[in-house]
Parts: sequence; structure tokens; C-alpha cells
Amino acid sequence: MRNVYLDNASTTPLLPEVRDIMLPYLDKLYGNPSCMHEWGDAAREGIENARTKVADLIGADAEDIIFTASGTESNNFAIKGLALAQQSKGKHIIVSAIEHFSVLNSARTLEKWGFELTVVPVDKYGRVNPDDIRKSIRPDTVLVSIIHASSEVGTIEPIQEIARITRERKIVFHTDAVATAGTIPVNVTDLGVDALSLAGNQFYGPKGSGALWVRKGVRIIPLLDGGVQEGGRRAGTENVPAIVGFGKAAELAKSDMESRNAKLTVLRDRLLKEIPGKIERIIVTGHPTQRLPGHASFCVEFIEGEAMIMLLSSQGVAVTSGSACTSRALKASHVLIAMGLTHAVAQGSLLMSLGVDNTADDVDYVIETLPPIVDRLRQMSPLYAKYLKKKTKGV
Amino acid sequence: MPVYSDKVMDHFMHPRNVGEIENADGVGEVGNPVCGDMMTFYIKVKDDRLEDIKFKTFGCGAAIAVSSMVSEMAMGKTIDEALKITPQLVADELEGLPKQKFHCSNLGAQALHKAIEDYQSRKENGKKVKRGGKK
Repeated sequence: MRNVYLDNASTTPLLPEVRDIMLPYLDKLYGNPSCMHEWGDAAREGIENARTKVADLIGADAEDIIFTASGTESNNFAIKGLALAQQSKGKHIIVSAIEHFSVLNSARTLEKWGFELTVVPVDKYGRVNPDDIRKSIRPDTVLVSIIHASSEVGTIEPIQEIARITRERKIVFHTDAVATAGTIPVNVTDLGVDALSLAGNQFYGPKGSGALWVRKGVRIIPLLDGGVQEGGRRAGTENVPAIVGFGKAAELAKSDMESRNAKLTVLRDRLLKEIPGKIERIIVTGHPTQRLPGHASFCVEFIEGEAMIMLLSSQGVAVTSGSACTSRALKASHVLIAMGLTHAVAQGSLLMSLGVDNTADDVDYVIETLPPIVDRLRQMSPLYAKYLKKKTKGV
Repeated sequence: MPVYSDKVMDHFMHPRNVGEIENADGVGEVGNPVCGDMMTFYIKVKDDRLEDIKFKTFGCGAAIAVSSMVSEMAMGKTIDEALKITPQLVADELEGLPKQKFHCSNLGAQALHKAIEDYQSRKENGKKVKRGGKK
């Protein structure tokens, strides 16, 4: 049986070059980078090289990169650390309705700590309207955080336009670029943001590698107190192998981005076009053009996502879903609901995210495998039976 | 994806008694698509026994397996026996269900009982109509 991994939005495989550069740091180069001997020097050198490469990927200064253990940590650090650093100026923050839970729930925690939160809506494509940000800004607003692209629906947000508004009002603007950095061009100067989160396992680096970039002069309160690692902003002995791998992944992401995306876009567009061509009553979620290169997401009506995942998995295909049944909290995806989809339709969510290892044959296989699975589940579905009865009556 | 027992996987991959019964003696529908799961059971009754059972289910793997298992457990049973099938018994027969899925997916017994209620009330009404006809 063919194995097709189409879940790169959850995490990507490690590239062999990345693994190779990490291995010595899991072996002989085990020193603590804070130590003043040869072992420490070697580890420190590995980290600082990686810092330069990660900074290069996003057009930043190396000294403004703070390594963390994940995208989630970076987002927690940004939301809590930036808001707390400015609470004397005000206690109002703004996020969008489609943020990752690490942003949304950090903002909710701030609410418990006495901050006020405004959640701006999105349109049916999942796009934030910059005017809604403008209207939500108050004299006491100290932080705006808008995701660069949602990994659930792939829609790319108008970050530059929002940055023009926040700059005018001198409000700190953070973006969660975990789904975009290393995938599409991300430049902190062009975007005009003040802080940006990224993670290595989204672009063929290791899990446990994340970073937060904070513009020089913007204050942030550390979440982790302890030693003076990461310029005193993030204490704790560094995960040297992961950071070194992160650096290599960033270097390759920068040099190969164009060729990777040329290939991914072709494969993605085939999924977006050919799957709805074979299955009736299926909705493409997210923006038709302003979307991540390897990202195809759908809602298949009358059936549920987990059942689709299980049957696809039995055919060797790995995908994911935002259906309530697949979430541990058993709640429908907040992103799909924010885009105005009904709970019943959101149940049929299906997300395919391509990676550099995927081929045209993989796409052929998925396009061939999915329709009979959908048909099989629809034959079991009382909702589909109702739809068919209505349809026949209508005719 | 939750970890399902082999029995759940078997019933999900090869569900028994999927479909509808035309002119069923009783139909029971539970759940709604908003909460994620919806099941419809159809029964045919002869001499107080469930002669045939079919179902349709909108929902996750567990919901489909539960429906299939309930249909199998109740097939050929008397009405009284079928009414004794509980969600816990269904879960036990399936060698367990993930804890968080127990309530939302385990609606099969309820749907079957509703179909039986439907059958019983139709029978009652039928008698009334007949009596009315004699007058």
C-alpha cells in the first residue's frame, strides 16, 4: 500500500541535512553553552550560528532572536510578556477570532489577570478586515496580535495593512508566523510588526525548536526566570541539538523556498480543483488565492471528519480535520465557526497539507482514494439521505 | 485520532445492518448534527421480535461502531430484551469506548429504544383506529 503523508501543517519530517548537523550535538558536542571551556564554546558556537540563520530567514538581527521550545511557547511569551511589560500604559489587547489556541488562551489568561480583550471577526475566507482593528483600538490598547496565516484554512492575513494602523497609534503588534515563516517569504521589516513567532518543525526542522523575534527597544517580560541565557529573556539550558537543527532548516528554507513552492503550489491547486470536481457538496475552506502554498482544506457535507481520517488512514493517507469529534475538547473548530460555517458543515472538515516529499503520484492517489470513502460514509449518513430526498422532490 | 479497540475498528470498518427499511414498523432518531452525532434506527417487528434492524449514522468512528453493535445485539431479540440494552452494555460489547467519547457517540441504544417506542405508539394508535372503525 502507498503511504502518503499530507499532514505537514501538524509537523514536517526532518530533512537528512538537518538531522546530520544535529547528530554531533547529541554525541560529543554535549557541552552547556553557558560554560567557559572548550565544550561550552562548541555548543555556544552552534547556537550562535543557528541564530544568524534563523534571523536571516526573517530579515532580522541575530541579537533580536530569542530561542524557545516551541511555537506555543513563543506565542505565550509574546502575548503575556509584551502585555505585562506595558500594563502601566493600558490593559486592552486585540486578537482575531482565528488565532491559534496558544495566542487565544494566553489572551484569555491575561483577561483573568485584569486585561480586557477584543476578539475581531473574520470574513467567510478567514480574512481579518484591518478596519475592524482600527475600530477596536482604544486609548488603553497596548497589544495587537494577528496570526500571519491559519494552519487550519491556510488564509494569509493582511499583516502589512494592520501594521500601518498599529504603527500610527504606537501600539505593539505581534504576529504568529508559525505557519508562514520558512514556508513563504517573511520579512519583519516589510511586515512592519514588532514581534513574530516561528517554529522549526513547520519547515523540516526538529520538534522542540521555536523562536520569538522582538524588535529592538520593545520591552518584554520573561516567562522563565533563572540564568542569563538568551540575553536574560529566556532562562534555562538551551536545547542545543534542536536549535542547531532549526538553524539548518532555516538556511535551507531560505535557499529552497522558491523551488519548493513552485512544486507545492501545482500539487495544491490540483487538490483544490480536482477533489471538488469529483465530490458534490464539498466546500473549499479558506481564501482561494491568498493561501499557503501546500495547503488544501475542505468541508465535506453530510459526513464527519474523524471517520474520513480513519478510512483514509486505512488506505495509507495521513490528513487531519477540525471536526469536533477529532478535537480532544470535542468542540468544532473555532476557526471554521468564525468563518460562518455551521456546526454540521464544520464536522466534515478535512485538511491536507503538502510537503517537499510529496509527488504528483501522491496527489493522484489521494484524488482517487477520497471519493469512494466519502461515498461510503454518505451511504451511511441520515443527513445525506435527507438531502437526496429533498433533491429528488425538488426535481 | 483516539485509540479504539479492535472491536470498535472492526464494526467501523465493516458496519453491520447499514441502511433504511421501507415501511418500517418503527423509526427512532437521536442527536443532531450540531453536537456532532446523529443516528436513525429502523425496525421491523414480527411476533414481538425484532425481525430486522437497519441504521444510518452521521458521526465519528465510535458513533458508527456503536450503531452497528446495537443493531447486532438487538437483532432477533424480543422487544423486552431489546429495551434492556444500555449504553454501558454496548460499550462493554465493543471492548470499551474512549472515555471522552462515551456520551456523545453512545446514542445507539437510545435510538433503538426510540424506534421501539415509535412502533409501540403506532400499534396503540392502530388499535384505536380499528376500535373507532367498529363503532
